[in-house]
Amino acid sequence: MVVAEHINKWYRTTQVLNDVCFETAKGEIFGLIGPDGAGKTTLFRVLTTLIKADSGRATIGGLDAETDYREIRTRIGYMPGRFSLYPDLTVRENLEFFATIFGATVRENYTLIEGIYRSLAPFENRPAGKLSGGMKQKLALSCVLIHKPSVLFLDEPATGVDPVSRKELWSMLRQLKEQGITIIVSTPYMDEALLCDRIALMQHGKLLSAATPAQVIAAYPRKLYAAEAPNNYRLLNELRANPQVASAYAFGDCVHVAFIAQSDTSIPNLREIPPGIEDCFIELTTGKGAWNDHRKNDGK
Amino acid sequence: MKTGDTSIRVRDLTKRFGTFTAVDRICFDVKEGEIFGFLGANGAGKTTAMRILCGLSKPTSGEGTVAGCDIADAEQIKRRIGYMSQKFSLYENLKVWENIRLFAGIYGISAKETARRTDEMLERIGFAHGKNALVKSLPLGWKQKLAFSTAIFHHPKIVFLDEPTGGVDPVTRRQFWELICEASERGVTVFVTTHYMDEAEYCHRVSIMVDGRIEALDTPQNLRAKYQANSMDEVFRQLAGKAKRMENCKK
Amino acid sequence: MKNNSPFSVHRNSPFIALAGKEFRHIFRDVRTILLLLVMPAAQIILFGFAVTTEIKETPIAVFDPSKNVSTARLIKRIDASEYFRVEQMLHHPDEITGVFGEGKIRLALVFGDGFGGSPALDGRASLQIVADATDPNQAGTLTQYLSAVIGDEYRSQLPAADAPPSIVPVVKMLYNPEMKSVYNFVPGVMGLIFLLICAMMTSISIVRERETGTMEVLLASPVKPSLIIAAKAVPYLALSAVNYCTVLLLSVLVLGVPVAGSLALLTVASSLYIVVSLLLGLFISTVVRTQKAAMIASGMGLMIPVMLLSGLIFPVANMPVALQWLSSVVPARWYIRAMRGIMIEGLPLTAVRLEIAVLCAMGVVLLVVSLKKFKVRLE
Repeated sequence: MVVAEHINKWYRTTQVLNDVCFETAKGEIFGLIGPDGAGKTTLFRVLTTLIKADSGRATIGGLDAETDYREIRTRIGYMPGRFSLYPDLTVRENLEFFATIFGATVRENYTLIEGIYRSLAPFENRPAGKLSGGMKQKLALSCVLIHKPSVLFLDEPATGVDPVSRKELWSMLRQLKEQGITIIVSTPYMDEALLCDRIALMQHGKLLSAATPAQVIAAYPRKLYAAEAPNNYRLLNELRANPQVASAYAFGDCVHVAFIAQSDTSIPNLREIPPGIEDCFIELTTGKGAWNDHRKNDGK
Repeated sequence: MKTGDTSIRVRDLTKRFGTFTAVDRICFDVKEGEIFGFLGANGAGKTTAMRILCGLSKPTSGEGTVAGCDIADAEQIKRRIGYMSQKFSLYENLKVWENIRLFAGIYGISAKETARRTDEMLERIGFAHGKNALVKSLPLGWKQKLAFSTAIFHHPKIVFLDEPTGGVDPVTRRQFWELICEASERGVTVFVTTHYMDEAEYCHRVSIMVDGRIEALDTPQNLRAKYQANSMDEVFRQLAGKAKRMENCKK
Repeated sequence: MKNNSPFSVHRNSPFIALAGKEFRHIFRDVRTILLLLVMPAAQIILFGFAVTTEIKETPIAVFDPSKNVSTARLIKRIDASEYFRVEQMLHHPDEITGVFGEGKIRLALVFGDGFGGSPALDGRASLQIVADATDPNQAGTLTQYLSAVIGDEYRSQLPAADAPPSIVPVVKMLYNPEMKSVYNFVPGVMGLIFLLICAMMTSISIVRERETGTMEVLLASPVKPSLIIAAKAVPYLALSAVNYCTVLLLSVLVLGVPVAGSLALLTVASSLYIVVSLLLGLFISTVVRTQKAAMIASGMGLMIPVMLLSGLIFPVANMPVALQWLSSVVPARWYIRAMRGIMIEGLPLTAVRLEIAVLCAMGVVLLVVSLKKFKVRLE
């Protein structure tokens, strides 16, 4: 559905996108996971035809993002990161406005958003600015869906939203996926990675890996252990001083440790744990090259 | 963590805006050197409660002490606390040391002492080479670490952190939490709000606010056990899902 | 399910939806509507009545030791004029300082001892005007006016043919015989208002959409960017038209400023200026990033030069050459000049062709630059 081939983008002297390649299937939730400044937004803008890549090619449903941008624009829905609707227009006016802009009517595509819009319906005549964060999110999603796009781009839709609303958002995305809509979503939250069909970890403009969450986790190169102590901070410092330890970092109420070769059994309360997506990201971004070799050997 | 004296003590704290009760008779204690997570959904009243504790807002009723001062005594409280929010970190157009000097000046620290502490602080966080850098040229992660270090530069008894870790990568977030743990080690009480439930696990104790009330307050382990959940995220959703306050009745 | 939808089947055109939305933004914000519709009228009335530099019913004191027919007639004439009102008759010249100190009067007229008969003829007339020069401009204007009234009186006593060699300097005020300052203010205020509505509001509203991310969605939609911009201009054009009518009606009906020239020409010149202002707004929106910056750019960058350099307050001819040169890039300067020409002096198109041409040129330059900067894509 969406194909990115060797996309590069520079802003003056900084490279914001570095040879980005990936491909998504129809009806897939594809997650771009990475911190602020990783290049997620720039990638979105290239894919939504808002900016041109310096080199490389992007296609949406077979259409070239550079030459067929008009056609692409009728087929995609895009929710920018700071998208905040028109606060002085009512819920209904916002929805009708965006439908018109995309050459649709709310009526013809109402079924698509009905599930999302139902909870908003009682507040139809309220200005969008007076809605709570979660409600705004629903309205924004309705607005970018109302022309029945085949691909949906959501740039950090869950940022600044509380966990309950985030959960709701993801269940809405699941429903949309069921209807065959391809969704590309970016997020700084590692835990949301598990909710995507496939994920691409991003940092400094580079796509670190693109695979299913399970594959990413399976590619973690070492055994991971959790250690606990009454004072985790002291434990952390002790572990870092230990020459056998490859990496140690705080993880909630315990410390995650990986060893270079053999695990040091003298450490109390050590238990092996399955790595999480966050462990993988840390390993990928701080890894000393060991993992890359490992991945090559594992081979595709 | 020192198990010392009570750092924050709040009894029946209430704040009303007209007929809307933003904070509804909350009571809790925070011990000295504790990392206290203050959680709640958007609009649950976290920010209002935090503003009262920082001396930025007066409660409608109730009483409390912050760093040994009555909450009515805003001036004394402000002198003894540090504050860092997500939005305001540092002045972008000033250099690192100029920012530090500015904040040190606000709290009346002598020039000599400021210079000494600046070097010591930058050394500690491994940023001595960036002393003369303009803040706006720094990556977000360094900005946050510096903002935190600046917030505790005047050795406050308590530091309030309002969603301090938005949008940074996991490595930077961990480094940031290590700074927080270290501060707590040195006896600074850390009062923190966050939307990242996994961060709640770093806290010694967390409270979860729903509809202006504190619904739960315990260590993360105990809360997980009590609600039979695997993570704080689940605990939070169970509790916040019960919110009755009309989501849409925003002020 | 479809039939349950509460939404209409009616399909609007994107242009109408965009322009309609813009109108809603304006009409739902009380401050904006006050700024755009009430302020222009208030400005005209304020400038017309309150912030006036003209002279009306100025209180004066008179010391007249001779008390004869001639002086009485002159005093009566002064009192009858709309400029002055005789507040007090003095009994001794020493009282002058006192009455000035009390602030009751702005001017004192002192007749000489031997003032009598027909002073103009026997040449012994001695007359002194004492003015409060704390505000030298005002004092200068007042004495000029009083001299003019006195001069009128003398001339009326003489046969028209042999007027005495300038006893009193007679200043003839061209086009604005009563030196009414509103004549200057009406074109100036118009220049200011259109700039405010078109340039400032357009730039702010475009930048606001960019700040809230809605512009990104609009640009990623199938609607052409030029249509988005054109639809943005519509409400401000309409508001400008409303204000044009209000200001013109107010100035003719309330302030009594006549439209001496062709109304059609006046409308053409104003439309041209409105378009230039809209383009200026568009241009600003392409160079600034935040609403605040747009406000500052249009406030500091446009309003202040208009007030100071356009000739609204200070005549361009009195400025240092460098400033005169600088003022020629201010569109309002040309517009105000054209307006004065057409509205007050009643000049035809040929007389203001330079001004019109300059405005046209500015419009073309701005259009080209803005179109170049405002791309189909975001960058």
